[in-house]
Amino acid sequence: MPMPTHLPDAAELCTHLAAAMRPEITPQTALIGIHTGGVWIAEWLHRELGIQQPLGSIDVAFYRDDFNQRGLHKGTKASNIPFDVEGAHIVIVDDVLYTGRTIRAALNELFDYGRPARIDLAVLVDRGGRELPIAATWCPQALALPASQTLVLERDDAARLSLRVTEK
Amino acid sequence: MTRNPQLNKHGELQHLITLEGLSREILAAIFDTAEPFAEVAEREIKKVPLLRGKSVFNLFFENSTRTRTTFEIAAKRLSADVINLNISTSSASKGESLLDTVDNLAAMQADMFVVRHASSGAPYLIAQHLAATGRDHIHIVNAGDGRHAHPTQGLLDMYTIRHYKKDFTRLTVAVVGDLLHSRVARSQIHALQALGVPEVRVIGPRTLLPTGVVEMGGRGSLRVFHDMREGLKGVDVVMMLRLQNERMAGALLPSPQEYFKYYGLTPEKLALAKPDAIVMHPGPMNRGIEIDSAVADGAHSVILPQVTFGIAVRMAVMSMLAGN
Repeated sequence: MPMPTHLPDAAELCTHLAAAMRPEITPQTALIGIHTGGVWIAEWLHRELGIQQPLGSIDVAFYRDDFNQRGLHKGTKASNIPFDVEGAHIVIVDDVLYTGRTIRAALNELFDYGRPARIDLAVLVDRGGRELPIAATWCPQALALPASQTLVLERDDAARLSLRVTEK
Repeated sequence: MTRNPQLNKHGELQHLITLEGLSREILAAIFDTAEPFAEVAEREIKKVPLLRGKSVFNLFFENSTRTRTTFEIAAKRLSADVINLNISTSSASKGESLLDTVDNLAAMQADMFVVRHASSGAPYLIAQHLAATGRDHIHIVNAGDGRHAHPTQGLLDMYTIRHYKKDFTRLTVAVVGDLLHSRVARSQIHALQALGVPEVRVIGPRTLLPTGVVEMGGRGSLRVFHDMREGLKGVDVVMMLRLQNERMAGALLPSPQEYFKYYGLTPEKLALAKPDAIVMHPGPMNRGIEIDSAVADGAHSVILPQVTFGIAVRMAVMSMLAGN
């Protein structure tokens, strides 16, 4: 993977992501964003792709595998899945794919709502470092970052998205 | 100043023994955490895996079906293993001491004790004993001790008020009835004051108000009324207490009928409160003694939502303690 000299533009990545997803969207496709960055992207994709199913969101805090080490995540939001998961085609949307543990938690949570027919994964950036056998269906950007850095998606007051790297 | 014995060295909740001394921030964090748990109850599978593999012991030295059941449901929805012990009917009657019972259960790899006891201070005694013997990884939740405290009831009451009224700092809240015997009232008053409620009115006959109740007011936000009609004027929230027949020793009251006449919540008395007032009761209700059925089942009543919220609040407390 290339080391970043400058960070890619988040809005451009969203456009590429939507273009890649478009051919596979059906009237039955539903989007679920993972709090918080994934929800922002899912909101944008939902409009851009004209998704007919209502938009869902999940917070995976209750399903995380590090509860015993780190306790309950503060500021946990309620999950909201306003459609029937049973038999649905679901696209999980997140900002950054890293270890894969968040996606594992999201999959476990979804199955507590029902048995989906198919689940895909859409992310803006894949930064490598996987610790589980999980891969994105759509991902417009790969980016290698040292483990000491955190890649976060931010949204300003005008709802513009941007990527930022912080040192841990 | 000594540390609040419920908090660990990081200032996080390790046990929940009383609401006294808990900051507004900690209370708000509990309510914020309870909100997503309320959503879990609406799922196909009403369970999250947070406490998988943990053992929660319900230690009930005093009978209570409802409180024990809500703790049991809360723990099971967190995927904990729940063991119910009605000790009033077992070891204690064979002469085993409280701390011997605790030691034996701790030796069975308990992670959390939910304790109800007729003696005030029993949960604190257990927490102290566990800390002194190097087992403070076991969390204690007070499910009601004597006349002292019933913190999860107080929390679910505050959660209910927040749900319907949003802002605590503009409310007038009445607590009505048998405050003398009520651990619920003590927890409610501590929490209402910590949350910044500007006026808390306690309403009851002289014989059922503890002498120290005015001192509990601290900053003068507590007002005492013996005339219920006077006390209910313009309130936003009416919190009824149960008349504790089983704790009533001797002649504190002339008769239940007379109590109802003066302190029973009827539609006519409730009409003195604000038009959008809510009516709460910790249950079990004595209909026709402290509350009229027309009020208990009426449009202002949020008594059944209280029960539902109680499960989410107890899930929040248990998961916060277990994670700290």
